[in-house]
Amino acid sequence: MRSNTGKLVAWVAAAALVVAFVVYMTKQVVVPPSEPGAAAPLTVPGVIFYVLAAIAVAGAVGVAVSRNILYSALGLLMALLGAGGLYVFLSADFVAITQLLVYIGGVLVLVLFAVMLTSRITDVKVSNTSFGPVGGALLFVAAAPVLLAVALLTPWAVRIPDALAPTTASIGNAFLTRWLLPFEVASMVLLATLVGAVVIARKELKAD
Amino acid sequence: MATVTLPKGNPRTKLLLTVAVALALPVILFGAVLVLATLAKPEPVQVFVREVLGHDPATWPYTGLVFAAVAAALTFMILNFGAVVAAVTIWWEMRVSSRMQSRIGYNRVGAGGFFQWIADAVKLLLKEDLIPAESDRMLFRAAPYFVFAGFGLIFVALPFGESVIAADLNVGIYYITAVTALVVVGILLAGWSSNSKWALFGGMRSAAQVISYEIPAGLAVMVPILMAGTLSMQGIIRAQGAWPWQWFVFSNPAALIAFVIFFIAQLAESNRPPFDLPEAESELVAGYLAEYTAFRYAIFFLVEFGNVWIMSAIAVTLFFGGWQVPGVGAAAYEAARGAGALPAPAWWGLQVASMAVFFVKTFLVMNLVIWIRWTFPRIRVDQMMNLCWKYLVPGAFATFVATLLWQILVARVPAASTVSGVVLTVAAVLALVQMLRLAKRNVEAGGDQVDLSNW
Repeated sequence: MRSNTGKLVAWVAAAALVVAFVVYMTKQVVVPPSEPGAAAPLTVPGVIFYVLAAIAVAGAVGVAVSRNILYSALGLLMALLGAGGLYVFLSADFVAITQLLVYIGGVLVLVLFAVMLTSRITDVKVSNTSFGPVGGALLFVAAAPVLLAVALLTPWAVRIPDALAPTTASIGNAFLTRWLLPFEVASMVLLATLVGAVVIARKELKAD
Repeated sequence: MATVTLPKGNPRTKLLLTVAVALALPVILFGAVLVLATLAKPEPVQVFVREVLGHDPATWPYTGLVFAAVAAALTFMILNFGAVVAAVTIWWEMRVSSRMQSRIGYNRVGAGGFFQWIADAVKLLLKEDLIPAESDRMLFRAAPYFVFAGFGLIFVALPFGESVIAADLNVGIYYITAVTALVVVGILLAGWSSNSKWALFGGMRSAAQVISYEIPAGLAVMVPILMAGTLSMQGIIRAQGAWPWQWFVFSNPAALIAFVIFFIAQLAESNRPPFDLPEAESELVAGYLAEYTAFRYAIFFLVEFGNVWIMSAIAVTLFFGGWQVPGVGAAAYEAARGAGALPAPAWWGLQVASMAVFFVKTFLVMNLVIWIRWTFPRIRVDQMMNLCWKYLVPGAFATFVATLLWQILVARVPAASTVSGVVLTVAAVLALVQMLRLAKRNVEAGGDQVDLSNW
């Protein structure tokens, strides 16, 4: 078993660099709260929000760092579940359920299906380990300022809706009136995808 | 070794005890669900905080916690309800199947073997929890949680009675379709992590089957949604009437076909025979749960039998008028509720009646599922796929389009719905009578007689 000390040192150094960078950027970008004083008491919806956000972030981290592709798929499941829960907080009930149905019921099950059908998939070298900490750190340094700036400088509309208003009917009306053409074009794209998949998967039978 | 002799119970005591428990169980479970589902709303919690705890609910910081506690109690009771319903379904199914196969069946623990489900559960809890050495231990342990989560989350939007539902979501039936996906994820993980070829085949078959049959099921569900104009479970029930000719299943000829498609697809989605290919014991030992033992195995079985109740309840909601009590309209519930913070006694009585109606209908549909299991042989994989893609999917599309046209017709001629309802109800009653007559004649032709005394 080869020594991992050098790798470990590199990782620790990269992590320290990243943390220092984040702290620096936060200090630069963050605006002082307009109303200094007692923080609002932690309400039950607040706790649920933080739990959901933690699930989403933990799942995303799991996707990125896991070496087992099935564990990555499971991390994706957690991230998608957390994101679905966050949609509920945005009063987007229909979108939340669609997230659950399409991404977990469809995409994730297909991913698992494909993994199970691929023999010895656990032997495959997962690409994200070969990328290396240096490249990752560089990517982080490039991406973090943009994300942080967007997160901290955007004037977020903090408004708690009184109740979860139904959105299904308005989504349907919007699809069939204002956005009818994009909606139909999207269905054409899906049809083309289906036909393409059939063409690729179909075996040509030789006529006797 | 000393032999342990159990005291021989007095059969009369045994019978009385069984009957007492069999009567008390539904009273306790349904009663708790009724009370907690009524109280787990913002207004009763506010009344409770103001009048019992003596705080102003608007400013008291812990109102949310009280609400969360009531909701947690409701969740606990509903999960218990699901577990007990699943267990009693097993007992009922075993009794029915033994009668169908001319054998005795459960008869040891309690009168009619009624307590067998408790004995089985205790046995499974005490068994050794084996995890195969070569398995993926984490996923192997995680899989039952997914399956159970997919099962438990359905109860959130499952109606029990007129006002008895944990959360009447705007997107109720859509939500139920979506969370079922977690069961598939669990089954796939169980099949893969067991590291056994039988389990892997079972998991793959299950995934292929459930993904395929979700399409006809989803399309067939669109038919009652179109007729009700809402996705909410309670809204779909409220759009129907109490009498059979007002149910969605009869009020549109296409809906009858949609119900049949939905029912078959639900059988396949819950891995019920004749679609139990994922665990076909003659080919795959037990499929995805071949390597599971003890409590984890018990969870898979609990979900499988609990799903029988759930699919029956969904079918009753979508097609059979749900909890609608004949002669009691929406105004009657409103009038009985009274003006107080808590509903008047008459309202509670109406709720109990609506729950009883829903229970009886669900129980009858559940019996249909059980009869099908013990009547039809398991179909082959290719037949299963053919049935889905060549017959059910086009059929579901056809019923969908037919319902669209039907709704236009009903908008022009409102009597069409009633005519269809009456004609189809009469046809259904005639078909039922004819079926019973044929069954009686077949029994008597074999020199036997219809005998219900030996139940």
